[in-house]
Amino acid sequence: MSARNRELFGLLPVSLLVTAGFTAVLITRSRDINKVTITYGAIFLGACVFGHIFIRARLPDADPYLFPLCALLAAFGLVEIYRISPHRALGQAVWFGIGLALFCATILFLRDLRSLERYRYTIAAVGIGILLAPRLPGVGRVTNGAYLGVGIGPVQFQPTEFSKLAIIIFLASYLSETRDVLVRGRLLRLSLKHFGPMLVVWVLAMLMLVVIRDLGSAIMFFGGFLALLYVATSRMSLVLAGTALFAGGAAYLAQHVPHVHDRVESWLHPFKPSLVDGKAYQVAQGVFAQADGGLFGRGFGQSLLEITKGHPIIPAAHTDLIFAVIVNELGLFGGAAIIVIALIFVARGFKTATLATDGFAKLLATGLTAVFALQVFVIVGGVTRVIPLTGVTLPFVSYGGSSLVANFILLALLLMVSDRARRDPAAARGGLV
Amino acid sequence: MNRQIGRLFGFFVLLFAVLIAATSWSSVLGARGLQDNPHNRRPLLQAERIPRGLILARDGTKLAINHRVGGGETLRYFRSYPTGSLFSHAVGYSFVSRGDAGLEKSFNRELTGQENEFKSLVDQLGGGTKEGDDLHTTLDPNAQRTAISALGGQRGSIVALDPSSGAIRVMYSYPNYDPNQIPNHYQQLNSDPSSPLFNRATQARYPPGSSFKVVTAAAALDSHRYTPDSLISGQNNKIISGVPLQNDGGANFGTISLTDGLTHSVNTVFGEVGEKLGKDTMYKYMSRFGFGSRLGLDLPSGEITPSGVFKGQRLLGSGDAVDIGRVAIGQERLQVTPLQMALVAAAVGNGGTLMEPRLVDRVVASDGTVRETFNPKVRSQVMSGGSASALAQMMSKVVQEGTGTASALSGIQVAGKTGTAEVAGGTSNQAWFIAFAPVDHPRVAIAATVERTSGQGGTVAAPIAKQVMETLLHG
Repeated sequence: MSARNRELFGLLPVSLLVTAGFTAVLITRSRDINKVTITYGAIFLGACVFGHIFIRARLPDADPYLFPLCALLAAFGLVEIYRISPHRALGQAVWFGIGLALFCATILFLRDLRSLERYRYTIAAVGIGILLAPRLPGVGRVTNGAYLGVGIGPVQFQPTEFSKLAIIIFLASYLSETRDVLVRGRLLRLSLKHFGPMLVVWVLAMLMLVVIRDLGSAIMFFGGFLALLYVATSRMSLVLAGTALFAGGAAYLAQHVPHVHDRVESWLHPFKPSLVDGKAYQVAQGVFAQADGGLFGRGFGQSLLEITKGHPIIPAAHTDLIFAVIVNELGLFGGAAIIVIALIFVARGFKTATLATDGFAKLLATGLTAVFALQVFVIVGGVTRVIPLTGVTLPFVSYGGSSLVANFILLALLLMVSDRARRDPAAARGGLV
Repeated sequence: MNRQIGRLFGFFVLLFAVLIAATSWSSVLGARGLQDNPHNRRPLLQAERIPRGLILARDGTKLAINHRVGGGETLRYFRSYPTGSLFSHAVGYSFVSRGDAGLEKSFNRELTGQENEFKSLVDQLGGGTKEGDDLHTTLDPNAQRTAISALGGQRGSIVALDPSSGAIRVMYSYPNYDPNQIPNHYQQLNSDPSSPLFNRATQARYPPGSSFKVVTAAAALDSHRYTPDSLISGQNNKIISGVPLQNDGGANFGTISLTDGLTHSVNTVFGEVGEKLGKDTMYKYMSRFGFGSRLGLDLPSGEITPSGVFKGQRLLGSGDAVDIGRVAIGQERLQVTPLQMALVAAAVGNGGTLMEPRLVDRVVASDGTVRETFNPKVRSQVMSGGSASALAQMMSKVVQEGTGTASALSGIQVAGKTGTAEVAGGTSNQAWFIAFAPVDHPRVAIAATVERTSGQGGTVAAPIAKQVMETLLHG
């Protein structure tokens, strides 16, 4: 079977999931749901087929699994969002279409990934700039004490989602050029050459804690950087030093930045009487919802979401805590399915990186995959109390335009690396290691 | 760089394994702890979405029903009690905001339809609604109303049951409460000094006074150490356990039979009997009657107090220093529940066989299928049939010519025993009457008690018991 036919075949479970999910929700909530809403599922499936045809035409040799895996995650998300609030499902289906359009636009207009290298400083500057934008008066938006949103009139977006792409592009380009310098020389002779870039990124991550007050985003960015540093230099000592620096800085700031401190306290003691109905409410309700799910869950559409009309029991059920709702309705099996699908995506992403023939493409694929994996870890780990809960989305699953669009661009870049790497198998085998 | 990418992937596999482990913990392994977490309102809210089963009296009167509030996603059911305070302590209440009590608590699983795991799974797959099962109780609203008017606002309690089956017909405790007021007035009821939420029938520890002499008489007859005709000195101020013991009003009796001793409730006669039988024999019969255990009643175990000799909160056993001569006449530190004293009467009435007391007869699904029937169950053989019928005759004389004449029913032979325990330093009495009727084939056994009264068991409690028995026997 050719790669593209495998991809088409991979969309089969996606359509099954969407059909079964929408039907289940319709049956349990027939009173509240207009039959028209089932077209949201149709829009989504149509978009998936269109995406497949586009890849067939433009990137015929790209990895066949990446796109269906994302579609599968998005299908889980769409069904859950449809279940949580039908009118948001329309928004999500439309955003899926817009994300797909930007996915196509990226592939059409970028043509050659190397052109990204030329603008790396501009990209880095924009990436950092938009990251700080939520603190600007007038456009900044505060969510639960973190400065994560930018709003201009009715349009809102989450800069961290785009900023992560910009910073990975910059670092991949920068490290592919300077890795020789970093690899050479004894580490004992410490120089600014070795530690300069790390210090810059470290300061940046600490600034994120202070300025946008979000530990999750800081872990994502700095973790992505360390992953790239390790792959580029193979120096575990650098990674360990970086981890120590980050941990030390984060521990210090967690004590002194009030919002970050609250998040850590809520993580450690969610059931403390002074926190459980206040700052730790979301964390506590998240695990209570999962405990209600058990092994197989209560079934699509059966989760308890509202205490009375308009009073949700779980805040942000469609975004940050969507994983808790999925475990509530589909149980441990559903939750594990999401994690495994994400892990297969990560495996294909790293596979793409190993096949890539030039340093920049290799590091770009590595960085994008690592940042995707970290984002999944940060939010699922937050909901399951592995780490403090912070406001990042579950890629492709959570409701939200910024998240969908940014992750579609991430997918486009990965597929572009993959298409080029697999087009010439000989080059892949003898390629740069 | 490919080797590093491989290792990096290995690292992420580890991280994701941690995620799966953490999800397993919160959804399955640690789920029970999270479900029981007092801050987790989810199980309660979940329960509000299920219509609880009804609670019905013996004659079909609805004691607990549901109200629908809202619809669709937010449909909820609230409990309502059409008979108000009639059976407040037995039925109890169930509200998400205040928890539950009584049968609402002890039969929560049945009332919410959780007793059948397979059924709920099928319901889940079919997306159907879950419904609770109905409780059919043994309670008799007419007799309960008689009990309420007979006690007439005095603090105390009345328990009546069918001695042959253990089925409880009347369970009344005053002060009581209206369960419909629990959601809004719980704090007030809970802090009320008259303790309206407290079920005196099963939780109060009262001194039994002379009503306990029935237990001593049973031990005396069944151990074959005495017969109803055994002669014992009823002299006042006889030395019992080294200390002179007084009869009621300082009355002096000569040497009289055990029967006459019971008829006139002579302390010195039963003090001597208790002392001669000894602690071991007395404790053996007490435990056969149910003393020292929580009894098998189908209320929550936290709402049932054992009866016995107490030192503070500790039950004393036969190994402890106890003045058994004074226990034998219901003094010392002996404390009993009205339910326990009703069971004493029931055991004698039922030929010496004590049946397990129960409030629920059967659990019935909403479609009419009987899910569970609670058949009468023997709790213990307290004494032989011969001993029981001899004791029944002795107790009949109490009603015919002794201290309990106020309980006599026309045309029906009643067997009973009075009790009057001095409380509050002798300034007021705990009045008791225990009885069963008809003597030859008892259909009702009863204990009635009044707190802090100036009257005696025979004048205050016996007429109350009489009225309730009358209602139960004549319907």
